[in-house]
Amino acid sequence: MTDVVSPLDEAGVEAVVRDALARKAPLATRGAGTRAGLGRPVQAARTLSTERLTGVTLLEPSELVVSARAGTPVAEVEAALAEKGQRLAFEPFDHRPLYGTSGEPTVGGLVAANASGPRRVIAGAARDALVGIRMVTGRGEAIRSGGRVMKNVTGYDIVKLAAGSHGTIGVVTEATFKTLPIPESETTLVLEGLDDAAGVAALCAAMVTPFEVTGAAYLPAREDAPSCTCLRLENFESQLRYRIGALEAALGHRGPTNRLDFPTSRALWREIAEAAPLLGPEDRLIWRISVAPSRAAELVAKLRPIIASHFYDWSGGLVWIAVEPSDDACAAVLRPAVQAARGHATLVRAPLATRAAVDVFEPQAPALARLTRAVTAAFDPEGILNPGRMHAP
Amino acid sequence: MTGIAMPAANPRILARRDEIVAGLRALVPGEGVIVSEDERRAFETDALTAYRRMPLAVVLPSTTEQVAAVLAFCDREGVPVVPRGAGTSLAGGALPQEDAIVIGVSKMTQVLDVDLASRTMRVQTGITNLGVSAAIAHEGFFYAPDPSSQLACTIAGNIAMNSGGAHCLKYGVTTNNLMGVTFVTMRGEIVEIGGDAMDAPGLDLLGVICGSEGQFGMVTEATLRILPMAEGARPILFGFETSEAAGAAVAAVLGAGIVPVAIEFMDKIAIDICEDFAHAGYPRDAGALLIVEVEGSPVELDEQLARIEMIARQHGATSSRQAKTAAEAAAIWKGRKSAFGAMGRISDYICMDGTIPTGRLPEVLHRITEICDAQGLKVANIFHAGDGNLHPLVLYDMNDPVSLAKAEEAGEEILRACVEVGGCLTGEHGVGIEKRELMTVQFTHVELAQMMRVKEAFDPNWLMNPAKVFPLEMARPSDVKVAA
Repeated sequence: MTDVVSPLDEAGVEAVVRDALARKAPLATRGAGTRAGLGRPVQAARTLSTERLTGVTLLEPSELVVSARAGTPVAEVEAALAEKGQRLAFEPFDHRPLYGTSGEPTVGGLVAANASGPRRVIAGAARDALVGIRMVTGRGEAIRSGGRVMKNVTGYDIVKLAAGSHGTIGVVTEATFKTLPIPESETTLVLEGLDDAAGVAALCAAMVTPFEVTGAAYLPAREDAPSCTCLRLENFESQLRYRIGALEAALGHRGPTNRLDFPTSRALWREIAEAAPLLGPEDRLIWRISVAPSRAAELVAKLRPIIASHFYDWSGGLVWIAVEPSDDACAAVLRPAVQAARGHATLVRAPLATRAAVDVFEPQAPALARLTRAVTAAFDPEGILNPGRMHAP
Repeated sequence: MTGIAMPAANPRILARRDEIVAGLRALVPGEGVIVSEDERRAFETDALTAYRRMPLAVVLPSTTEQVAAVLAFCDREGVPVVPRGAGTSLAGGALPQEDAIVIGVSKMTQVLDVDLASRTMRVQTGITNLGVSAAIAHEGFFYAPDPSSQLACTIAGNIAMNSGGAHCLKYGVTTNNLMGVTFVTMRGEIVEIGGDAMDAPGLDLLGVICGSEGQFGMVTEATLRILPMAEGARPILFGFETSEAAGAAVAAVLGAGIVPVAIEFMDKIAIDICEDFAHAGYPRDAGALLIVEVEGSPVELDEQLARIEMIARQHGATSSRQAKTAAEAAAIWKGRKSAFGAMGRISDYICMDGTIPTGRLPEVLHRITEICDAQGLKVANIFHAGDGNLHPLVLYDMNDPVSLAKAEEAGEEILRACVEVGGCLTGEHGVGIEKRELMTVQFTHVELAQMMRVKEAFDPNWLMNPAKVFPLEMARPSDVKVAA
């Protein structure tokens, strides 16, 4: 049973980390725990939760910027932004349906997991929108990196290191993001009945048009429905009318099309931002594969024997795959195929024992692993923060 | 004239020059090792030309393997290394030292692979920024970051400094358009980081290498995000009575949900100097002007510009001129793009590069004028208004050392003011030697020590581009030991 401490402010976080440091006792960290199934299991008697560090601390729509403390629910930040007609452009990915967790995903968890949704394909990842952080390092020291301005090259970009570090270099206590206006409307063009290769090719063809496609996903056929190649457009109403027509003219020869209205389009992409098209039996194991879109369909064809269900996002650059339960989660088949395609794979859903036994993140070449260890040690020399979360110690 | 100190050269290295050159020649054949004083002189400075140092030797490798061999040699021999792209740094980021060798990437300029469907491209990093876009323009693609020096500056330098440009309001800066690198450590290891698949797991080393000012290692190849060109682009020019009115209009445009690709600002002095030079038809009676550029189809351009024009009028725009033709668009941009050159024609100047929260613009502009008035210097303000990246040009006389000292003092005060209002010392030029001593204004000692520990994780002996970024007093290995 792990003991959970929830400090009320950054000084409290410092105290907890320093205490762990003094005792050389590993410390796990989390926000609200909605993504707790992500990463290798951590052996720690104590867990530091940032969920009580709450509140939006800066909201300047005319400067396209928002700051919030780490424990602030992402939904609260999004609501505050929406009131001003803005949003987080990378479309935060919500892990709750994947893990069957409840509670509110937090800003800190979002940063730690670099959790981006469908719009990442054009707008960049969470790490690209992140312009500043406050963090308590594994040395128990509070530091800032970046700031509140979007153009800043003063000193090293430690902000990027923190994003996606799963709490292994420090505990983020506050984050500042670049925001963007919410477009007036959205619509989705769907091409029906294409196979994987033709579907991904259509996604890529759409992404190289000048029409600024903000979502590009391929959902394979189901028993009751043909495959859907989905292309989202977001803009002013009048520009949308022109752009969807132009996009259809460019792609319509590839298959029958239909257009989704605003509410239907929004609901579809909400589902994709939760990997809902994949969800089936809860015991299936789930992989998330990044690969160049031009090699995605070929990779999936190779993996066909182990695939229970799958879909593509990010123009084919992100492939979600579910496999039936097995001891190694099919890693022996999947890893070599992904490496041959010069991609990388993360085992995002599997039982604890599997995540302890199989590499959850893509194994690193020796030189890269050495640099990663050295940089981690620069922040956390005693290795007390989430030891083993990303790579076996 | 050197207001900025550099460390004294290590006599033990100077004494071994012949031996070191022989060692380098064994690794890089023929003209790849430059030794003669005449030829080395081309490398003694960058675009911060007030500072010059003759390097021990210059090496121009042709392959990643040669870079690795040279770095491993220098690591073994304890010889400092100054990496160099095209030497366009305005911050002294590529300034050599007498006891260091310069390693340039100018012989590595190939395009290695283009994957249009995936919107990525692999290049050797000696290729120029404009060279990347030129190589894919016939396919209707471009590479988005566009620093003003893009004709000359290299991708290697862009990665080292995390370069920006006028269009980053929409497209981001280098770090947002960089997907992978071939990275060579000081030990001579060749490491592949990232690639053409998005969001490599593990610590985002790519993210911290980008913008590390050549202090971690050398980048010899890069995978870049490339983008399809917009259907069309068109600028509009607005004159305002005051800088405050122009600033308010910028905030209102962004607040209305419109994100132009670029919003550029000039004050009265800058308008006059640019107009004298470029005859771009800028409104001489205006106290400030904005150039706003949008992208889209002809119909979309009309519509967006109409919205923007309405907002600008509501905020007191006294004149506006929409480009109706490509020639008119070019004329509007001509004045802005030639601004630094036009300025250089009438006076020497130092170009500051702080970023501020855009809401603080009027007070900061006021403060900049006060600071320069107090030194008896003129200042022209040109900047990327959408993102708050200021470029005050402080005019001085290079032949008068007192004038340079005053300009440097004014520059320093301006940057302090930027940090005071919540901004930063440098938005896109980098710290280099120029702003090194000011780092304590923006960062605590704990923060600087943490950054130095990151450097040591890559380069434990402080051989990669030393004497840059950190205050000279702090920057040495003994101060911050990384636990083994």
